[in-house]
Amino acid sequence: MINDDGEMESEQRMDWQGQKLAEQLMQILLLSFAVVAFTTGYFMASFQMMILTYFGGVVLTTLVTVPNWPFYNRHPLQWLDPSEVEKHPKPPPSANSTSKKKAVKK
Amino acid sequence: MHSFGYRANALLTFAITILALMCAMASLSDNLNSPSPSAHVQVLNVNWFQKQPNGNDEVSMTMNISADLQSLFTWNTKQVFVFLAAEYETPKNSLNQISLWDGIIPSKEHAKFWIHTSNKYRFIDQGRNLRGKEFNLTMHWHVMPKTGKMFADKIVMPGYRLPEEYR
Repeated sequence: MINDDGEMESEQRMDWQGQKLAEQLMQILLLSFAVVAFTTGYFMASFQMMILTYFGGVVLTTLVTVPNWPFYNRHPLQWLDPSEVEKHPKPPPSANSTSKKKAVKK
Repeated sequence: MHSFGYRANALLTFAITILALMCAMASLSDNLNSPSPSAHVQVLNVNWFQKQPNGNDEVSMTMNISADLQSLFTWNTKQVFVFLAAEYETPKNSLNQISLWDGIIPSKEHAKFWIHTSNKYRFIDQGRNLRGKEFNLTMHWHVMPKTGKMFADKIVMPGYRLPEEYR
């Protein structure tokens, strides 16, 4: 079913830009619902109306921003092909760090 | 924001923070209301006026209380507690305050009222200073909001006097 870790992660988690979008959407939606709810409540002179409007807004925001909708995954991470990595081997451990350690030991 | 749980948590925290702010603003908006309440009390009759065996004066009287407290109500008002107190000065105490009647007003519709009543709580002095005593009737109220700060104010109605003799 799941071929490797990379495959599993892309199914469960939002990509980076999706996360940013979800957070911004959440903040903007909640703030605007708060403004709408307060104005409605104040002008209808009903505290209950404010609470109900705001609660509705919170539920809607939850539905929009909490589930991992497909439109949050439009920028999946492009991992390098393993064969590509082999062409660029890791640099050898630098001589710098080892000399430092020796200096400390002295 | 990478998982369902983190997003739900962030949303809930932010939503409740904003709710607290909205409640604070609702409480502040009460300051925009400048109420103009009115109250009037008529003492119709002193039913009896006597000295108790222990030496304290006690009065019973019938009053007509009318008030219009509708302007105290805003969208953030839960209820208004109102009480009528007799206030007078004696050599021992510079302010004596005796609650004669009280009530809870649950809504704006009930805030304009008149009541014909004898004193709900006993009007007893600490001593025998009530004969011929001049006193104020003061309408006190406490506005209890749905959120935020409680307000209290009063209307003082001076110029009432008790009889010179027990009856």
